Amino acid sequence: MSKMHLKLRVNGKSVETLCEPRELLIHVLRERLNLTGAHIGCETSHCGACTVDMNGMSVKSCTVFAAQSQGAEVTTIEGLAGPDGMSVLQQAFREHHGLQCGYCTPGMITRAHRLLLENPLPTEEEVRFGMAGNLCRCTGYQNIVKAILHASVEMNAARKPQVTEAAE
Amino acid sequence: MNDLSHDQRVAGLKGLGSSRKRVEDARFTQGKGNYVDDIKMPDMLFGDFVRSQYAHARIKSVNTAAALALPGVIAVLQAADLAPLGLHWMPTLAGDKQMVLADGKVLFQGQEIAFVIAEDRYICADAIELIEVEYEELPVVVDPFKAMLPGAPVLREDLAGQTKGAHGARIHHNHIFRWEVGDKDGTEAVVASADVVAEEMIYYHRTHPCPLETCGCVASMDKINGKLTLWGTFQAPHVVRTVASLLSGIPESSIRVVSPDIGGGFGNKVGVYPGYVCSIVASIVTGRPVKWVEDRMDNLMTTAFARDYWMQGKIAATKEGKITGLWCHVTADHGAFDACADPTKFPAGFFSICTGSYDIPVAYVGVDGVYTNKAPGGVSYRCSFRVTEAAYFIERMIEVLAIKLGMDSAELRRINFIRKDQFPYHSALGWEYDSGDYHTAWDKALAAVGYDALRAEQTQRVADFKAGKTRSLMGIGLSFFTEIVGAGPVKNCDILGMGMFDSCEIRIHPTGSALARLGTISQGQGHATTFAQILATEIGISADLITIEEGDTDTAPYGLGTYGSRSTPVAGAATAMAGRKIRAKAQMIAAYLLEVHDNDLEWDVDRFVVKGVPERFKTMKELAYAAYNQAIPGLEPGLEAVSYYDPPNMTYPFGAYICVMDIDADTGVADIRSFYALDDCGTRINPMIIEGQVHGGATEAFAIAMGQEIAYDEMGNCMTGSLMDFFLPTSWETPHYTTDHTETPSPHHPIGAKGVGESPNVGGVPAFSNAVHDAFRPFGLKQSHMPHDHWRIWRIANQLGLHG
Amino acid sequence: MIPQTFEYHRPKTIPDALAILTSHGDEARVIAGGHSLIPVMKQRLTEIGHLVDLQDIGDLKGVSIGDTVRIGAMTTQHTLITHAGLAAAVPLLAEAALQIADPQVRYVGTIGGNVANGDPANDMPGLMMCLDAQFVLTGPGGTRTVAARQFYQGAYSTERAEDEILVAIEMARPVGGYAYEKQKRKIGDYATAAAAVLMTGSGGKVTAASVAMTNLSDVPVWSAAAGEALVGSDCGPDAVKAAVAAMLVDINPSADNRGPVEFKRHVAGVVLGRAVARAWSRC
Repeated sequence: MSKMHLKLRVNGKSVETLCEPRELLIHVLRERLNLTGAHIGCETSHCGACTVDMNGMSVKSCTVFAAQSQGAEVTTIEGLAGPDGMSVLQQAFREHHGLQCGYCTPGMITRAHRLLLENPLPTEEEVRFGMAGNLCRCTGYQNIVKAILHASVEMNAARKPQVTEAAE
Repeated sequence: MNDLSHDQRVAGLKGLGSSRKRVEDARFTQGKGNYVDDIKMPDMLFGDFVRSQYAHARIKSVNTAAALALPGVIAVLQAADLAPLGLHWMPTLAGDKQMVLADGKVLFQGQEIAFVIAEDRYICADAIELIEVEYEELPVVVDPFKAMLPGAPVLREDLAGQTKGAHGARIHHNHIFRWEVGDKDGTEAVVASADVVAEEMIYYHRTHPCPLETCGCVASMDKINGKLTLWGTFQAPHVVRTVASLLSGIPESSIRVVSPDIGGGFGNKVGVYPGYVCSIVASIVTGRPVKWVEDRMDNLMTTAFARDYWMQGKIAATKEGKITGLWCHVTADHGAFDACADPTKFPAGFFSICTGSYDIPVAYVGVDGVYTNKAPGGVSYRCSFRVTEAAYFIERMIEVLAIKLGMDSAELRRINFIRKDQFPYHSALGWEYDSGDYHTAWDKALAAVGYDALRAEQTQRVADFKAGKTRSLMGIGLSFFTEIVGAGPVKNCDILGMGMFDSCEIRIHPTGSALARLGTISQGQGHATTFAQILATEIGISADLITIEEGDTDTAPYGLGTYGSRSTPVAGAATAMAGRKIRAKAQMIAAYLLEVHDNDLEWDVDRFVVKGVPERFKTMKELAYAAYNQAIPGLEPGLEAVSYYDPPNMTYPFGAYICVMDIDADTGVADIRSFYALDDCGTRINPMIIEGQVHGGATEAFAIAMGQEIAYDEMGNCMTGSLMDFFLPTSWETPHYTTDHTETPSPHHPIGAKGVGESPNVGGVPAFSNAVHDAFRPFGLKQSHMPHDHWRIWRIANQLGLHG
Repeated sequence: MIPQTFEYHRPKTIPDALAILTSHGDEARVIAGGHSLIPVMKQRLTEIGHLVDLQDIGDLKGVSIGDTVRIGAMTTQHTLITHAGLAAAVPLLAEAALQIADPQVRYVGTIGGNVANGDPANDMPGLMMCLDAQFVLTGPGGTRTVAARQFYQGAYSTERAEDEILVAIEMARPVGGYAYEKQKRKIGDYATAAAAVLMTGSGGKVTAASVAMTNLSDVPVWSAAAGEALVGSDCGPDAVKAAVAAMLVDINPSADNRGPVEFKRHVAGVVLGRAVARAWSRC
């Protein structure tokens, strides 16, 4: 049961810790790095409350061993705030009542963040399909979907048009 | 301040009626919530259970040697270790007792056998695997009817010879209680002589509230200060403190119970679980904090399940459809221990609301509670104490009666609704409904969905189906529910002897902001946002300047917690009453400062104004300061008030839900085309939050009706113990909801509010289930038990010969 | 929830991986995306002393499109969906991949993992049989190719030897119409029944048809007879009925929470009929 020296980047910072290879990434984040935003809601990889952004992908951190995450680039909910506080997406969840108990919320927002990078202006159907890896028991999803759609519009309105130099 | 108009001042308060954005959201959206498993303390240990693989077995031996030898394992507790403390069994909320750890035998799969305490959860899991249990299997019974047969296996050897339980006589070794209400002879006479009688067995299957956060706690016994602190997923922290004191012998003055942020409760987190007791004992024994957090499978398989009511109904009516009597017998499957979280005097909760929204002159209900080899519980999942069962029962019986009469069930409902002029209405089963206007709500709902056009479309669809032009059937599911919440008057509602009042304590600060503490605890309902709104309107201070606190028994006034939609009716009333006490004292301060008599003042949004002299006023902000600054003869300094509110009655929210679905007769797949929900919860405090509650509760109802269940095989193995098979819909399957409302205030509530949290589950399940039934009604279907998953819908079609 | 201890290896090359497998025998298991294996390990339903993580092995990645399409075993479901070349060459893959699990699982789950562990509930095996794919296996004795249609022996039992690794999947670029039809209880669930169909047609007649069924037996089922029933027909109701009847002989579903055997057989017929109709419409 010897421990390994785990080094990875979390929310833009290099971190390291000693842990067993079998430790689940969700436990490394919550117990060793004190990032308790991502949550545990099941042990069969269904609920998505543990979702983080890893190497540019939405990943259920309960289904990743610490050892597999050696050298990875991870973003958690704690790394998703905007420069002046809540991000547009976080504000939208508040504005549109996209949360109640808050337990699924970090996973939802972390997944929605990646969804909007994949597809900046999704339709409602695309949002419902794209968020289907995250379960919620309180909201019935309707206001979560509304929040994400509103955030997508606002984020794209804020985007300046591309100047020609980007095409080179 | 005097530059703002009346309307501007009202808007600035963000009081009653405002869709105020939630104060909780800042921390939840940024991952800064504080849930039980987030709590870390120095030297904290982790505990978890060895659980039974069998549903009924003697425990011959438990070999812990290998586990104890594992580095990092501190101790293993068994029943024998708890017995000297009298803690191997504990009282339940329903007057029964249940094992904390297996005492010679186990009675349901997953039951706790031993509690392993280790340095961390990984070592704990390794240790659990090393423990060997030797079982002697015993015969299993999972069917409550079979459990009541003469030769049925004996489950509760601890009750051997006891012919009386907490609720009266026991007629069989697996019988718990018989509870009866109403006029049995009168009802049976009406049924026997009626023009028309429809009889049906309506089964509301076993399911589970499954909040996204499982149950857990951190227990920390500080031996130096002699104080026990317990953080946990508690919907009733004060009750937990009282119970912990009674069980441990530690006085309540040395126990602090804290409910931090809770990730959903839905009634799953009301009772006391073995994990809490074992953690407390472990902490006392080791002198270190001990954390217990269960897995999802533990949660589904062993914590408070919901429903499992077999309801045999007979409904009598005239040929014209006027209901003359309702008879109901319930076989209630309680599992191995009666741990129902009901008020003490109500072993079947408020099931007797089952006359529903209808003016039924005579009725009878008899409920037999039965033990089986399943997990204990029964009252949870937004049920308002068995009201979900009652509403499903009556809304299904209406449909069955409509079939018998050959009538449209919307019309059958209308001609039997309690009329507005009949309120307050005394039901045949003893409830006094406070207020309602059912006809207005029903007309509004039917018009909103275009009911007549839907029926016409359905008629065409049936014709097309019979002609082979389509394989899709259309169902219109109607539900008009009246539910009963806000438990409740102390004279007949108590939890383990604690009357079901609730409380609010307010302190106004000198600079005009305030702090209020309540005896309730939010698990997502947004109390920190909404209770500030109630107060803002009462005392004229902006909700943004009112901090609401709940959940810490060291500071919060005693309350009975949050479940059964009781917070708004009871604590909300206490909040308003405490606010009025504040205002009453402020009025005296204003009278002193303005040198007038109290009666010369009138209240205007946020100030007291001298009648007829509008330029002479004092705002609440000024009065707050004065309370600390002025020496007023006859008045104590400060501005503080507390109210413990004993409600005079329950409240009776109601609603009209209509579901339209299209069903593929070949695959059993149901597509929810629309779901319309009209709710009347009286005064609406925050419309945004009400809408959110309806979306969430209706989604629970969708899941329950359309596939979710806790199922067992003949050997008592739980077949749906993980999220692979326990149906929790995703954003993809979940339908879109249209919400609407009417507003019929409660005449006895200080602000006329009734509560709404449970309504969408209560009203939602009948709407979804009735839609399925309605789709097949033209082909002869009367009753098909839930859940209506693909294969069961297919089976309906198959049995009706639709696959020929 | 907590898996047992194991020793972790992350080899850089296939020979390195093989060496670990050889030296530890049946105590060693490879892990690709881990979303089948890790849940099983968390339930402690399997004992693995040595976990061999394939994520750094470049030779297991990559997609090449020609007359033969070659897909590295570590290619994720997400790539199957978003890879432009694959979308054009084998659109059936994306249609099926979109019906597997959920977005997070698809980011990490691999075609190799889905294909190699022999779980009859997985979607890719039947699909590969429909496509007549070839599995490239490498072991200490060298590299060999096994046809998907020969690969599955029983539940969790395949042609792959314990010391072999699935390296890539190859298939001839398919032509004609295609469809993957899957009935499930919700997103994230395995199939109640699923059908993969490839067809070609000419002059209104079916010239070739390949049918495979998923989660209806202890192995994925390639139904030669169902395909034959369609060939030469106009793909009308009678032909489809014959194909369904032939398919039903080849499957052997078990009862579970999704439903009894009779229901699964019924749904198998329905999904096959719908898959055939959709594939034919694309011919």
